[in-house]
Amino acid sequence: MSITFLLAQPFAQHALAAAALVAVTCGLIAPLVVTRGMSFAVHGTAELAFTGAAAGLLIADNPVAGALAGSLVVAVLISTLGARPRERDSAIGAILAFGMGIGVLLLGYYQGFATAATNILFGNIFGVSGSQLLILVVINLLVVAVMATWYRPLLFASVDPEAAEARGVPVARLGLLFLVVLALTVTGAAQVVGTLLVLSLAITPAAAAQRLSASPLVVTALSVAFALTAADGGLLASFAASNIKASVFITSISFAIYLAARLAGPSLRDRRQRHRQTRPIPPADRT
Amino acid sequence: MTGNGGAAVALRGATLRFGRHVIWQDLGLDIAPGECLAVLGPNGAGKTTLLKVLLGLLPLSAGTVTIDGQAPRRGSAQAGYVPQQRDFDRDLPIRGRDLVQFGVDGHRRGLPFTRARQVDAVIAAVGAQDYADAPVGLLSGGQQQRLRIAQALAGRPRLLLCDEPLLSLDPASQESVTALLAAYRREHGTTVVIVTHEIPPAAGFFDRVLYVAGGRWAAGTPDEVMTTEALSALYGTHIDVIRVHDRIIVVGGEDAAGHHHLPPGDHTGHQAGGRERR
Repeated sequence: MSITFLLAQPFAQHALAAAALVAVTCGLIAPLVVTRGMSFAVHGTAELAFTGAAAGLLIADNPVAGALAGSLVVAVLISTLGARPRERDSAIGAILAFGMGIGVLLLGYYQGFATAATNILFGNIFGVSGSQLLILVVINLLVVAVMATWYRPLLFASVDPEAAEARGVPVARLGLLFLVVLALTVTGAAQVVGTLLVLSLAITPAAAAQRLSASPLVVTALSVAFALTAADGGLLASFAASNIKASVFITSISFAIYLAARLAGPSLRDRRQRHRQTRPIPPADRT
Repeated sequence: MTGNGGAAVALRGATLRFGRHVIWQDLGLDIAPGECLAVLGPNGAGKTTLLKVLLGLLPLSAGTVTIDGQAPRRGSAQAGYVPQQRDFDRDLPIRGRDLVQFGVDGHRRGLPFTRARQVDAVIAAVGAQDYADAPVGLLSGGQQQRLRIAQALAGRPRLLLCDEPLLSLDPASQESVTALLAAYRREHGTTVVIVTHEIPPAAGFFDRVLYVAGGRWAAGTPDEVMTTEALSALYGTHIDVIRVHDRIIVVGGEDAAGHHHLPPGDHTGHQAGGRERR
């Protein structure tokens, strides 16, 4: 099958659009995820989408609604039990293990095919329906709106919570808001690209970007660009080489960008500083 | 000093308790506009807590506190705050100027594309032009501290609150940061309250000292408060205050010696004694 033929197919167009939507939201929140040290929260909420989906199946025969509602519960739980940064990862671990157990239990009571629930773990990029696409658009708009409104205080609170608190930033409430945004983004993405791919779109692009620049806006723009390149580039590559799965390409491209940034990073990121520092800094400022 | 009406900060019968644990009580103090006050005392004596009260982050258990005649309000632009230093991660995607920018509009909503002209002015005021565009995680402790002070000054506060601004700085950086604060204060008449472990050698930097320990307090000029008699009375046990050249060393209460951490490399500073509160 030629690429042009594939591109004319609705399933391929849906897949490209879904990948782009997911990449934009993941790329947008990724720098804050990395700055706040919340990679494990991405992992936790992504896997717990399975439990939400199982509950959704059992209660309303709707795994996606269940996963999205469940992600809100997870966000509140993490924010409540892991309020202090030091205890957050252990709290997420505890919630994750218990949540997966509940998921297995719920699935045991379900009479139908369990694939609808497990699909949310592995995603199904070539089976994106119009309604799923609509959900992604809504999540996308929500994330963009939150970021456009709260980006500055969120960044301030992430970098220096004490100074932010004193300046009047509602640090605790913003922490919860970010967790909700993160959980919605990750869950929406997981049902399309799968849990594992969420990690490579919601963490890796920012990890690469912050090797190349120290400007928050540049890092965010690069992060979105990297996520888009990996997601849609990976899909297109899988159209060309149809015997290899898209997820292989997406994760590989994302990782390749990360490796390249690690290699090129130190020189690029600090070049400006070195340039500036050709003027000697007063010895009084050296530690 | 000045009467209640003209004071920049006025504390009256100020008491702070956490449960039944009294941090300090019946604190009465006026800080005059433009005055520079050092807050000294052992760890856990409630020095940082006092700053949080002045920032409106903590309510008093009893008594009143006013700043320019009004109750402190969280997020007010009147007060600038330099929290105790913590190291920034090397990879943190934040430049020095971003840190300063937070002081201008970090609390505001909206798209982050505005570029405040103030930022460049404040960066110049603290002499940080040369490294303002570098990632903060790669800067030295002294450079980071200058930028954090710039952040606190960006809102043009009338009251500047610093928590251990000299901690973990080498002596040369301590001196330059002290000089920066002194010069800014001279020029702008800003009231300054600094929580510190020691009185820096720069003579006359602090107008007065507030010493808090064991729920009690003493205030006055450094010469009045930093004496064997005054601190022994405050701690209720014998304390030695020794002057070596221009340094003041507080020695006492063996039971507390282990609780005090000194700036690294500082062997002559404030070896404060007294009891750690429990």
